[in-house]
Amino acid sequence: MQKSPKRILIIIPVYNESASVVRLIYELDRMYPKWDILVVNDASQDGSGELAEGTGKVTVINLPFNLGIGGCVQTGFKYARNQGYEIALQFDGDGQHRVEEIRKLIKPVREGLADVVIGSRFNSKENNYEGQLLRRIGIKIFEFFSYILIRQKITDHTSGFRAYNNRALTFLADHYPTDFPEPEVVILLGKNRFRMIEVFTQMLKRQGGVSSIPITKGPYYMIKVMLSMVMAAVRSRIVTDENLNHEKR
Amino acid sequence: MKNVDSSNIQIIAITTSALFLLLILYLIKKKRIKEEYSLLWIFFAVVFIVFSVWRQGLDYIAEFVGIAYPPAALFLVLLMAVFLILIEFSIIISKLADKNKVLAQEIGLLRLEIKQLEEKVRKKKEKKDDSLPSQESNSE
Repeated sequence: MQKSPKRILIIIPVYNESASVVRLIYELDRMYPKWDILVVNDASQDGSGELAEGTGKVTVINLPFNLGIGGCVQTGFKYARNQGYEIALQFDGDGQHRVEEIRKLIKPVREGLADVVIGSRFNSKENNYEGQLLRRIGIKIFEFFSYILIRQKITDHTSGFRAYNNRALTFLADHYPTDFPEPEVVILLGKNRFRMIEVFTQMLKRQGGVSSIPITKGPYYMIKVMLSMVMAAVRSRIVTDENLNHEKR
Repeated sequence: MKNVDSSNIQIIAITTSALFLLLILYLIKKKRIKEEYSLLWIFFAVVFIVFSVWRQGLDYIAEFVGIAYPPAALFLVLLMAVFLILIEFSIIISKLADKNKVLAQEIGLLRLEIKQLEEKVRKKKEKKDDSLPSQESNSE
């Protein structure tokens, strides 16, 4: 059965973010009343899922147990693919991203300028990000890695503020890494020749929840992510020219 | 130096290796291990039996690989066995983790679908209930 194409889905991965999720939903709904909102509740223990459902403004998927950010976001892509959405936007539920800036990310995808748009906190002179030094060094290393591996300059690999068109979200519905997935996804998409661009977005202090990268896990995180990035680049392409042409026909 | 009676150790080696093989086979029979995951265990159990029966075997290996102290070849074989089996475990665990993730995602998606269907059915029912009395009054 061919479902009629729907336009835009905002995917909010949520894990124990009861402090911020309700306000965020109302804000999104007020600003973008025509778009659909999907909350993927990654088995929160603080009732975030019920709170989101209570607003009556969103569709909620409750995962049976905690999958981590990768598996959680991927569930959103699967839903978007099954429902035939044209654009999916990933938006973190902890209040780090600004609701007004969603348009900035959607616009290039809508106009067909890119398959993927990443909201970057660095891509501008007015950069106001003051993260810890170690974190900034890590991010610089990722930038270097992606330049070497896929010849593309991406400044903010850890950003979870991204927009995808239907082709990209369909691809990611079947191929999404787990365990600190964001940098690896950039390589995976670059390797499979998806057109990526970055737009500058402001990053706010998170209002609820905790970072998925605690500082004690720093070394593990860096090594794991760098290994994943290299491996994603070394693996053969999943989207080949043949099936790409086939798709276009 | 006292001469060590090495026939004792050979008997012990053969019996433990044989018992080891029997244990693996027993676990398969009881369905505690799946056949496909037992192949490496059986393979190495047989290797152990071969080397405990054929004692010069280790000497040959040691000489071939260039190990001055032949019993060390035994550790080499053992370590290789353990490593291979552990790597196999990592592969199996990774595969399981992946399938597990897909299952959880499907459950989440299906739960939503069920909920939406239930809602639809409930609404239809309500509509029916509302329209029923009026139909009755029409027939009268």
